[in-house]
Amino acid sequence: MTRLFAALALLVAVSPHAAELSAVQLDKSSIAFVSRQMNVPVEGVFKKFSAQISIDPAKPEAGRARIEIDLNNIDAGSTEANDELKSKNWFNTREFPRASFVSSAVKALGGGRFEAFGKTTLKGKTLESRAPFTLKQEKGVLILDGTFPLKRLAYGIGSGAWSDTSVVADEVLVKFHFVLK
Amino acid sequence: MTASARYTETAISLHWLVAFLIFAAFPLGLIMSGLALSPLKLELVSYHKWLGVTVFLVAVARLAWRATHTPPPLPTAMPAWERTAAHGLHHLLYVLLFAIPLSGWLMSSAKGFQTVYFGVLPLPDLIGKDKALGDVLREVHRLLNDGMLGLVVAHVGAALKHHFIDRDDILARMLPFPSRSSRM
Repeated sequence: MTRLFAALALLVAVSPHAAELSAVQLDKSSIAFVSRQMNVPVEGVFKKFSAQISIDPAKPEAGRARIEIDLNNIDAGSTEANDELKSKNWFNTREFPRASFVSSAVKALGGGRFEAFGKTTLKGKTLESRAPFTLKQEKGVLILDGTFPLKRLAYGIGSGAWSDTSVVADEVLVKFHFVLK
Repeated sequence: MTASARYTETAISLHWLVAFLIFAAFPLGLIMSGLALSPLKLELVSYHKWLGVTVFLVAVARLAWRATHTPPPLPTAMPAWERTAAHGLHHLLYVLLFAIPLSGWLMSSAKGFQTVYFGVLPLPDLIGKDKALGDVLREVHRLLNDGMLGLVVAHVGAALKHHFIDRDDILARMLPFPSRSSRM
């Protein structure tokens, strides 16, 4: 009997989680952001990022994610803005070329909504953050969609003259869309 | 000068309001386009757009007023070519009062920046983001403004010529206070 349990335990331990999805379809996924400049919503896109996500739609609480964004590839709406974002006042990409979000805890909020807890690292600063998201299964893929507000000044993003929040708001909405197979 | 020889108080107020707005928006547009990206530039661009939307609204009011109120007649002594020139110039000025804010609004949309009047009222984007179209509209906006500059110089020049050379009532009838009639 004990041997049977041991065998079963071993089987469970080694068998791959058949329902867990982890192949992120990068070409169908996106990370965008909306800043408010003089109260005008301006959309931008992080054009290059990597994403390792493992999530079982039947058990999302065990989901894990590691997202890395290449900050040298941002489309903020104009060439001028794209260059400005690389400067020291903004992302200072020479010293901090990447941003990351690492999460190993997901909480179910009910109604198909979840929240990923993790750490966001930007410009050398790491802060706790939460990213609420929804899960949707369709045509053999799993779609994660979420939006969360990021306070840019907490990371020193947009310092100097740009710290005036009456021109560029502190809160930047980050919108992510991941397609997993 | 009799009261009927003057424009109505409303027409006079709207005329000078639009003139004031243009005298603010035009240099502001020139200054801001020469600036590198900065918080100041974002502020000035917004003020410029708010002024432009206001010009458009006042232009609508002026057109509505003009359509329902006959302006005072031109002096009988005025030669026919001057009448034709005056009418043509006034028509063109009206066209630009609408065309310039419209081109600016479309250009903003094409460049991906919505116009939010006074930072409160978002104007719809009639066209989607399109960089090439945005560059074309910027050029259109600039050319229309060059045209406006030329027309305003002619407009002011003509008004001064009437006032100081012809010594007629053309300028006085649009002034807030009828200066020439007080001397008559």
